[in-house]
Amino acid sequence: MNSLQTQVLIIGGGATGTGIARDLALRGVKCILAERRDINAGASGANHGLLHSGGRYVSSDPGSAIECREEAELLKRLAPQCIEDTGGLFVAVEGDDEKYVADFPQLCSQCKIPVKALDVKEARELEPELSDKLIAAYMVKDASIDPFKLSMENISQAQNLGSTLLRFTKVVGFEKNNKEIRTTRLQDIISGEEIIVEAQQVVNATGAWAGEVAALAGAHIDIIYSKGSLIVTHSRVTNRVVNRLRSSASADILVPGGTVSILGTTSIRIDDLDQVYPTVEEVDTMVDEAVKMIPALETVRYIRAYAGVRPLVGSRSASDDRSVSRGFALIDHVHDGIENFTTISGGKLTTYRLMAEKTADLVCRKLRISAPCRTRTEPLPESQPARWTEPGLAPKLWLRHHEPEDILLCECEMVPKSVVDAMVSSIREQNVQPDLRAIALRSRIGKGACQGMFCGVRVTTYLFDQGELHPEQCLTHLREFFTTRWKGQHPTLWDKQLMQSELLEALHCGFFGLEL
Amino acid sequence: MTDPESNKYDVCVIGTGMAGMAATLFAANRDLSTVQVGHTGEIIFTSGLLDLMGVHPVNAKHLWHDPWAAIDAVIRDLPNHPYARVKKEDIRTAVEELLAFLNDAGLAYYRRGDHNSEVLTSLGTPKPTYAVPQTMWKGVEALAQKPPCLLLDIRGLKGFSARQIAATLQEGWPDLKTAHISFPDTEHLSEVYTEHMASALVLSRNREKFARIVQPHVNEAQVVGLPAILGLYRTNEVVSHLEQLIGVPMFEIPTIPPSVPGLRLKEAFERGLRLKAVTYFSQKRVLGIRHTADGFFEIIIGRTDTEHTVLSRAIILASGRFIGGGLHAGRKRINETIFDLPVSQPGHRTEWHRRDFLDSRGHPINQAGLEIDDNFRPLNGSGRPAFETLFAAGSILAHNDWKRMKCGAGVAIASAFGAVKSLIRICQ
Repeated sequence: MNSLQTQVLIIGGGATGTGIARDLALRGVKCILAERRDINAGASGANHGLLHSGGRYVSSDPGSAIECREEAELLKRLAPQCIEDTGGLFVAVEGDDEKYVADFPQLCSQCKIPVKALDVKEARELEPELSDKLIAAYMVKDASIDPFKLSMENISQAQNLGSTLLRFTKVVGFEKNNKEIRTTRLQDIISGEEIIVEAQQVVNATGAWAGEVAALAGAHIDIIYSKGSLIVTHSRVTNRVVNRLRSSASADILVPGGTVSILGTTSIRIDDLDQVYPTVEEVDTMVDEAVKMIPALETVRYIRAYAGVRPLVGSRSASDDRSVSRGFALIDHVHDGIENFTTISGGKLTTYRLMAEKTADLVCRKLRISAPCRTRTEPLPESQPARWTEPGLAPKLWLRHHEPEDILLCECEMVPKSVVDAMVSSIREQNVQPDLRAIALRSRIGKGACQGMFCGVRVTTYLFDQGELHPEQCLTHLREFFTTRWKGQHPTLWDKQLMQSELLEALHCGFFGLEL
Repeated sequence: MTDPESNKYDVCVIGTGMAGMAATLFAANRDLSTVQVGHTGEIIFTSGLLDLMGVHPVNAKHLWHDPWAAIDAVIRDLPNHPYARVKKEDIRTAVEELLAFLNDAGLAYYRRGDHNSEVLTSLGTPKPTYAVPQTMWKGVEALAQKPPCLLLDIRGLKGFSARQIAATLQEGWPDLKTAHISFPDTEHLSEVYTEHMASALVLSRNREKFARIVQPHVNEAQVVGLPAILGLYRTNEVVSHLEQLIGVPMFEIPTIPPSVPGLRLKEAFERGLRLKAVTYFSQKRVLGIRHTADGFFEIIIGRTDTEHTVLSRAIILASGRFIGGGLHAGRKRINETIFDLPVSQPGHRTEWHRRDFLDSRGHPINQAGLEIDDNFRPLNGSGRPAFETLFAAGSILAHNDWKRMKCGAGVAIASAFGAVKSLIRICQ
């Protein structure tokens, strides 16, 4: 059994947890961050990648709208490497609520959110795919943000400053004395080994799982689970973020990111966190709705879907999950009789830094540390491990200069051997075993049109030849890789993607017999 | 007999996968004037192995050693399976006729008695199959007997690792060694392709260079396995020359399609069928079909514009599934693309696929396809043959999950035979 000591134990490696690790590290506080799976395995990795201008919330939640506006401006300045400053449009089509449309600019200016009215013709010149049934359009400062890169950069800086990341490590229990958590019992889910952490402060940043983790410590939190599914197109449909100008509903937002666009989302109440997967019905609902805004969404090729859970901290009686505050909840469990335990949940990707700052402020007060927050002013450094998530980066570098030996292992997304090597060594630096899933998370491998049919085999073969995989792991890893990717593929299987999936099954079942 | 000179044929076969090729062969062998149309791509996606029946029931993952007993069980359990509409002796006749044709075309197939054999794939998994190309046969024997064996992989060839295959098999095969070699004259290339290497080995001087590279690695090995590259043509000559040069038998391991064994099949069919005076419109598709008053089909053929119009007494539809283009799936339903025939299918897209890719029951969409009568004629909406002389064969037929049952080639060949046989009877 392993025993560790630290000032702060952070549970959860999403945007908030990694953001807290960085914020604290910059104040000179050392942390251990324990993540049950991998970086951004929950909602932080399953969202639009939208940096909100705030426009979306001006009517329902002006407080959130203002926070979004402030944080987005700040991140554009301090973390530009994670952001594509696309700009955004809010558009309404025939039949949409005209009062909502008319009130919008006034509500924006009340929140000091810059907005510019466009005439419909102008909007369609900017974005030719917009419907000819448009009745109103406004331009705002939405942008797209790469959540993987963001969390990777946050944790990298924290690690460089002396903090520790434990991946695939879950919390199994807390030992308390009368008013404090004395030790936290963790378990390495791969080796099964237990790790005991003695921390002065424990932060629960587990998003949708915050209630479950708090319960382990004997504290109670009311959380509503709202599932949101999204679909990814094969190629980019619009240059800007496009929002439907109406009170929030399904398939209201299309966000471009690199070479693709992401359409979402649904909002479905679930009771069980094992139900977080996208369904055929959700995909159909979204496509049917989104074509009113952008007709081409009926015929474009979708390559996969995914789902995340919005943890909405608040009353279970709220009738519409969209109306529950998207603002975050910072809970000091001193009220539950635990003095060194804090939960942060809810919120949005756009406000992750503010959530981290507020949490770090509270933790530092408890630690009697007066160092001020530095993430508000210091740029987020660009680190090596986070680079390969950017769509189009690997091909750019490969085309510019590649050694004759540097063959492409993933042809859809053009990821060469050298990039896999670079990822393997950076994954090793994080004390993690480089396997197909860890590489898929950190790169575009398996995310192109072929969905990993060929590159899955090539990367596995290559990793084995490099001595990174044990023999008995090869087939297991391939099976897991395809099983995981399939969950996202199966709701989008029609037309060309269905042909692709038929080929996938012909090869991996018909020929290799992986199902046997 | 109709006259091809006047663009009138007895039969038009639509499709160039295994079912299309087999139907064309069976028709031509029975002196029917035959025209075949389709892209030439499909057949190269075959692995080169000839599956008859390997797994049934799929959810029990029951592997059969005797494919004929497996077919009996399938006919009993799944009365809608295409095999249930062909007599067993006809399946045998069909398979023998096709293998004899391939043998004459220079592609000999081997079998273990009348049973299934296990072939090593490039992932190291054993694949049950019925007839195995000669070039792979010694691998079947090696897998069964496990003699000292050398597996080779080639610098720059992606997705093929001898060490990985060996690692999967290591248990119970102690004398399995591996070596990594460079193919001759590829030092300047970052990536090599099986097709290019197979072409290069057709020339004897390249074989000599290759043998000099392989030879030092052989040592104690009694047999050498390598990716399927042993000649694009004249494989018998290529293999025996190389075996003579290095002194031990060699076998090919099939690689991810499209692969050399698929290309060999394509070449063999195209060459052999040309000799049988089949009219062949390759790289074309059927743009439109009209049923004439005198009982002929008028078929418009071209890439995008009309290039040819032919008349045919009958049609065998072997246009495949989604990859082949015989079926198309929209977001709401599945259609047959040429005649808009009714397609038996699950009610809604929610039921097309299971949430687990490897679900042992298989995906319901793989049961979708055309319903047929006992004469292999697709049915219309009222359950009667859509046309008197329209037949269907191969993977487009419903109730036939070939990927899981390992019966793709067998169903293609048997249903092609059944269709041709019915056609002759009905058209006379």
